[in-house]
Amino acid sequence: MPALSSWLPFEWIAATRFLREGRAQTLLIIVAVGVGVAVIVFMSALLSGLQGNLVKRTLSSQAHVVLLPTEEIARPQQDDAGAVIQRQAQRLRSIDQWQALRARLESLPEISAVSPVASGPAFAVRNEANKAISLYGIVPEHYIQVIDLHEKIVAGELRVNAGEAVIGIELARELGAGLGDKLRVNASNGATDTLTIVGLFDLGNKIANGRNVYVGLRSAQNLLDLIGGVSNIDLALRDMYAAETLAQRLAGETGLVADSWIKTNSQFFTALNSQRMSSNLIRFFIALSVAFGIASVLVVSVVQRAKEIGILRAMGTRQGQILRIFLLQGGIVGLLGSLLGSALALLCLTLWRLLATNPDGTPLFPIELPPALVLITAAGASLVGVIAALLPARRAARLDPVVAIRG
Amino acid sequence: MAEVLRLSQLRKSYLSGEEETEILHGIDLSLQSGEFAALIGPSGSGKSTLLNLIGLLDRPSSGELQISGSATSHLPEAAITRLRGQHIGFVFQQHLLIPAFTALENVMMPLLVERGRPDPQMRQRAAELLAAVGLSDRADYLAGKLSGGQQQRVAIARALAMRPALVLADEPTGNLDTQTADSIFSLLRRINQEDGTTFLIVTHDPRLAARCDRIIELVDGRITADRENHPA
Repeated sequence: MPALSSWLPFEWIAATRFLREGRAQTLLIIVAVGVGVAVIVFMSALLSGLQGNLVKRTLSSQAHVVLLPTEEIARPQQDDAGAVIQRQAQRLRSIDQWQALRARLESLPEISAVSPVASGPAFAVRNEANKAISLYGIVPEHYIQVIDLHEKIVAGELRVNAGEAVIGIELARELGAGLGDKLRVNASNGATDTLTIVGLFDLGNKIANGRNVYVGLRSAQNLLDLIGGVSNIDLALRDMYAAETLAQRLAGETGLVADSWIKTNSQFFTALNSQRMSSNLIRFFIALSVAFGIASVLVVSVVQRAKEIGILRAMGTRQGQILRIFLLQGGIVGLLGSLLGSALALLCLTLWRLLATNPDGTPLFPIELPPALVLITAAGASLVGVIAALLPARRAARLDPVVAIRG
Repeated sequence: MAEVLRLSQLRKSYLSGEEETEILHGIDLSLQSGEFAALIGPSGSGKSTLLNLIGLLDRPSSGELQISGSATSHLPEAAITRLRGQHIGFVFQQHLLIPAFTALENVMMPLLVERGRPDPQMRQRAAELLAAVGLSDRADYLAGKLSGGQQQRVAIARALAMRPALVLADEPTGNLDTQTADSIFSLLRRINQEDGTTFLIVTHDPRLAARCDRIIELVDGRITADRENHPA
């Protein structure tokens, strides 16, 4: 038996001694907590890996929020009943005063990047091939902060000086073009430009790979007849899940149309949310059963130690001290259990990485055990332990020493 | 000589169902510092109840109880706990050591509880006390690994740790064989003679009572005899 460390308070000494004395009981409950924590940690890591991967794929070619000009609506001159108002076809228009708007957006703390874009439909022509494309005029240093296009480049580079274009691998295949080849772009208004392909990208999405063509902002403005203007402003947010709230606020403030990625992908987002909700529910119930486990072990321990508690009280131990001894036991069990659980979860994750792989041996999706998750779980489990110990500890503190010693 | 304990018209009654039963009917008693007194009486006489009141483990229904001159009837629970820890040492029949701790640590326990953290001084004090009860060589044994007599010696050392004004011993030799009981009793007697510690010993063994300086007899919740005794 090691000597009492001089820096440990009495409550800690007693709590650890009691736990150590209860060997099998203590070990069993720590393992039980560990299993619960392992499931929570493993599930959280798996889910955040899966969702992160899904969100990343979804957002690979989308901004968190896109600001667009208001739709043009045909209004009847007079209130003439019976007149059929036909929805008007939308022209490509610029956002009013976009330079001023951009400066204002950049000053908002929620927004991490602002990227003006001039985009519109056009045709890519090369020899006999003629493909409908979406032309994106971008300022690369801003654009890559919103959409990490530079990480999707598979050949050449992301460079859009005058006369240069970056196209998707699918379009390149369909046009039979490669790096260095020329490409003619015809806009619907008759404007035309000849561009050199300097980069190829793969966004992981066949449609985008076959449609998107990135050029310099000025080239696109010229082609799309948007001189000095932009058709939309793309935003990246610090918290991407706040996109819808911010979009609604911006729409109200600017009078523009603001589309968040949440709204654009509402079904996907609903699926993500319900997945997260069900996993929260599972986590909650695991935590609850862990808490009940700790509480029941401590209740038994209080009954078993009634005499010891009585004699401690007779010796002048205050009720608060007894209370803390048992709260600490709950906390320590929670903490040790969570460490064991994290180790178990790490083991499961390693197995998962080895077993759940793509045909080429790479992992299905990246899944990690972030240290923050381990720390949060450890803190959470300790807290759950202390809370679970509340009732037994109160019982212990309120034991009548007379009854406890006689019993 | 200082008065260690004074009871004035101490009453204790319990509610059993609708009926209130009085166990102690107005006890008056005074103990002076250095006394070595026996409290005897048949079972059911109220000995244990009285001992619990004197030990501040229970509160009287009425009357006043003074420990070393401080009245206790109006003190809150926390103050009672403190007073108990500082002024009263307990020796119980069933030893009641904390088995998760060593003999030395058990002796240190009242000091540890009082001061909150271990320090070398309390270790020193506990070692001295263990030596006084003849158990220096068992200091680092876990309490549960000691024999009954050894456990009772540790309990006595523990009761003395705070230099209490009064040590209450409830059938201190009840669970021990005659020879061990004898040596435990001699130990209590020696401590009383050497340090002047005040003892109140509850016993139903007339041979032990006969070795005390004063014999107080409790029958049906009343003190029926209180006489000086001169042990042979």
